[in-house]
Formats: sequence, structure tokens, C-alpha cells
Amino acid sequence: MSLKSFLKEKLVSKELNDQLDKIENPVGTLGYDPWGFNTDTNKIVLSLFSSVYHKYFRVETSGIENIPDTGPVLIIANHSGQLPIDGTLIGYAISSREKSPRLARAMIERFFPTVPFLGNFLNQVGAVLGDPVNCARMLENGEAIVVFPEGIRGSGKLYKDRYQLKRFGNGFVHLAMKHNTPIIPVGVVGCEETIPAFANIKPLAKLLNIPYVPVALPFILPAKVRLNFGKPIHFSNEDLTEEQVTRRVEKVKSAINGLIAKGLNEREGIFE
Amino acid sequence: MSTQKKNTKNMSTESKSHDKKNATQKTSARKQSKIKKTVLVTGAAGALAQQVINRLRDEYQIIAVDFRKLSYHSDDIPSYKIDFNKRGFEDIFKQYDFESVIHLGRISSAEETRMSRYNANVLGTQKLLDLSHKYGINNVIVLSTYHVYGASPYNPALLDETSPLKAAELTMDLVDSVELENLANIYLWRYPDLNITILRPCNIVGPGVRNTISSLLSSKYAPTMMGFSPIMQFIHIDDMADAVTLAHKQSIRGVYNVATNDWVSYQDALEYCGCTEIPIPSIPPILPKVITSLLNLKMFPSYLLNYFKYPVVINGENFNKTFGFKAKRPLKEIFRNYRELKD
Repeated sequence: MSLKSFLKEKLVSKELNDQLDKIENPVGTLGYDPWGFNTDTNKIVLSLFSSVYHKYFRVETSGIENIPDTGPVLIIANHSGQLPIDGTLIGYAISSREKSPRLARAMIERFFPTVPFLGNFLNQVGAVLGDPVNCARMLENGEAIVVFPEGIRGSGKLYKDRYQLKRFGNGFVHLAMKHNTPIIPVGVVGCEETIPAFANIKPLAKLLNIPYVPVALPFILPAKVRLNFGKPIHFSNEDLTEEQVTRRVEKVKSAINGLIAKGLNEREGIFE
Repeated sequence: MSTQKKNTKNMSTESKSHDKKNATQKTSARKQSKIKKTVLVTGAAGALAQQVINRLRDEYQIIAVDFRKLSYHSDDIPSYKIDFNKRGFEDIFKQYDFESVIHLGRISSAEETRMSRYNANVLGTQKLLDLSHKYGINNVIVLSTYHVYGASPYNPALLDETSPLKAAELTMDLVDSVELENLANIYLWRYPDLNITILRPCNIVGPGVRNTISSLLSSKYAPTMMGFSPIMQFIHIDDMADAVTLAHKQSIRGVYNVATNDWVSYQDALEYCGCTEIPIPSIPPILPKVITSLLNLKMFPSYLLNYFKYPVVINGENFNKTFGFKAKRPLKEIFRNYRELKD
């Protein structure tokens, strides 16, 4: 497309273009996949996002090599920050890692597709409606999927509740077992401070039919972000009761809590 | 073949001026039908039916019917304009010994009133299936549409044939599409000998196609829902005609999506086709409904607005594997044709 081609030519460096071309992702003849991912938009956004990632949030990662080079993988992280900044940073980290970069597909809350511009934009950079059918099909395709099992309970939580994990949904463990997929736990530290929310205007949220309306500063703070990737967790595919599955979920939750604690211990200040 | 059945009745077609011509056609058809099997093709005036007829005419004796208008194909193809709900429709079954039925005739959601669409699409199809059963036909193809899945923000991608049909839940204007499907499904299981194959294609486009999406791609200015550009799938009319022909040849009963493994966003499709976008405010949701209703835009009807907001991406792999189908026309070629029409 003319505008897209123009932006791509102006913004995407040859190195990044070559690096992203190495990432295998089945797209059609016009660069789209069935979930709305678009190769050119992704390249443009990643080019623009490079400064945000390196200079604004000064992201540091550890253990990113734990993500396998190929094959299906579920990347499970804590959710925070009102907007899907955490998912975008994790996605950027994985697609820009030096060895075996991969396209990470973030599962997003169900309300995003209803938001004009934002829903399409997220799809074009690889985000996908958080639906078990979508997730199962992508695992069958051998993709790397980022899931926030807390959902809006995590992203919409208030500043006073920061780094306190909310209830995890069990769906990701069911999918991991069924599709024989390793789980990589991730502790995200810093995103809680990017948009600190002090209250949620529930009646307005109900009126607008959106999950929450935070009382927060009208801009995003440049908190330093740490992404700590843990060791793979494997669950065998057994016929378990929901209670047994919940115990497996708690194991992942506990690993994430440990990675969050590590990140909090490492940092010297919110804006260090 | 028993085309000269004793109890053949006069046809109650609505085209008196064509009676003489039809008589000649019937004589010619009977001669040919001694060596060829006979196929009833409905919706014969439509572009898809014409393509299907062109593919089958050498091997089969075609009988063309349409409830909208009389179509002419060639002297050796009898053509009728007839209402399926009229008693005279059965006379065609008495006159010709059909081996198979290809039911492509549907009034699209942009045409006529809700009631007349229901009568033609649902009750008409029921009559057609009843007659097909009564006259021992063992190969029926029914054309449906991907619209039956409904456009919802919660649709996963690559919907397969087992996905629920939610269109009727979202708009009453698509009830006839869903009911037609349900009816065909009931007959599929109740009368297995009919060997009904239901095809749910994605957007059929290409020369001569006059459905909503093809009208939009053909026009210089095309409305969009501001801030939304759903992923869409398009199949060229020639590929769709190949799919129908394959389904007819192999006669494997069941429900099948028909779609290519290629995707594009609606707004990119418009740009490739050389259309200028006219964005319609999309929030609050009542606003675009009011605007499109007031403007009475036939090519952008208010009840299809969700299909321009949310994706309905279907998975055609089952059909491809079962019938060995592969679409040949790439999206770029399809869109180039629309662009060239505007130059």
C-alpha cells in the first residue's frame, strides 16, 4: 500500500527488515494472516517502538533464551498498567532478541476488538483476541503466545494493589497440557508504575460498556521495566479434575511471583 | 431417462413470450438428455450460476430456473422464470428426470423485503428439497453464505463448520440465511439419500457479481466504519464455480466452508481496488445505523454494518482436503480487475 510502503521505506532499517524477515510466520499474498497480523505494519511499529523500548522504558531482560527457538510455547506473565504496554514490551523483546527472534502473539482482552482504531492496530502487530479456539489453533501452528491469565483483573488493578497477583484463569494450563506446550513464566516489573491508577469509575465504565475507567495521570510515566523470563515448566497431559488443574496454575503463579520478587529486588528505584 | 413422462403438465411459468422458444428448447433437450444426465440449476440469472452452467453444459443437460428473471444461456438449455412456491414448479420435475440439483438461487440480504426473502429463500428451498426427495434425486448442492456465522467482536479466526450460526442473533435481516441453512441441514440428516452438500463461501467477487461487497469494490467511493478494518476473505467467481462443480461431481454430503488461504483487511482491499474511503462515524453504535438507514445505502445496509467492523474469517481446509480444491486466482489479480474497471 502506498502509505504503508512509504513509512516502511522511511522508518524500517535494513537490519531490522532482514531480522524480521527471518521470523517465519505464515501470511497470505498481501502480508496478512487470518488473525489480522500484517508484516509491514509490524515492521513499521517495531521500528518506531525501538526508542520507546530502549530509551523511554529502558527495558532490561533476563532469561529470554529460555524461550525455545521453535515450536509452540505459552509465555505467561503478570498483567498491569491499564494499557497493554506489558504485552507490547514482551513481544518486542522476543522479536528483537539476537538469537532466534520469534514473533510473539499476545492474547488480548475481549473488549479491545470493540475499540475503534486500537483493536485493528493491536491485531496488525500480532495481538489476538483471547479466545481458547484462537490459542489452540496458534499452538497447533507452533507459535509463541503471550497470555495474561489475570485478564482485566490484572490490567485494571489500582496502584495500591501493585504486584499482588489476582486470580489466574485455568485455561492456559488446559491448553498447555492438551497441546504438549512448555510454559515460560515471566515477571514484569515496572509496568505497574507506568499508569498508576488511584480509583476506578465503575458507573462510567458500565455506561460505556468497558471494563474499567481509571482515575490516573493523563500520560504514561517512564518507569524502568524489567522482564524476567523463567525456566520452562512442563505439564503432562493427564485427565485431571479442575482442582488438580488449579494446583498446576498455582505452580505457575508461584514461579511468576518469584520472578517479580527478583525484579523488585534488583531495581534501585522506579525511574532508575 | 424418462423426460417424456406420461403425466407431463404445462409449465406455469411467468414468461409467455418464451413459450415457443421453450418448446423448441425442450425438444432439443429431450434429444440430448438421451445421452446426458440432467441437472437443475437454480438462480440461473446470477453470474455464479452462469459460470457453473458453462462448466457443466458439455457433460450434462442443464435446466435453468430463476425466480427473479428469465435468463438465456443457449438454445439447448431450457430456461424458466418460476416461483418455487407455486404448484407449477413441480411440473419441471415431472418433465425432466433430474439426476442432481444445484441450488444457487437466493435473494440476497440487500434485496426485497424480509418477508419476501423468507418466502423465496426458506420456503422456496423447502419446496425444492421436498421435490428433490419425492423425485429420487441423489445429489443436491445448496449455496449458503459465511454471513450465517454472524459478525461479532468475539469471533475467533478460522471458524470451522461446527461453529455456531450467530447471524440471526445479531440481526433479524439475516434470519432467512440461517433458516435456509438449518432447513438444508435437517434434510441432510433426515434424507441421507439426497446427498446434500451445503457450501458456505466467503465473499464471492469478480466480473458480473452483484452482491454487496462486489458493489462496494466496484464503486469509486466506498463507506467504511471509522476505526475498523476487519480481515476479509475473497474468492473469485471462477474459483467458486470450480468449487461448486467439484462438489457436484463428487457428491459428498456435509457442510463445507469455501475460502481461500489468503486474507486482507477491508480498507486495504478498497485501496487495492482504487476506491476512495468514506468513513462513517462508528461510535456510539447507534450513529452508523441511523446514518446508513437515513441514506438508505443498498451497498452498505445497516444490518450488515457489523461485517464491516468485525472479522468473520472462515476455515476452508475441510473442503480443500475433501474435494481436492485449490483456488487459482490470487487477491492481487481480483483487485486489479476492479481497479481497471475504474480506469
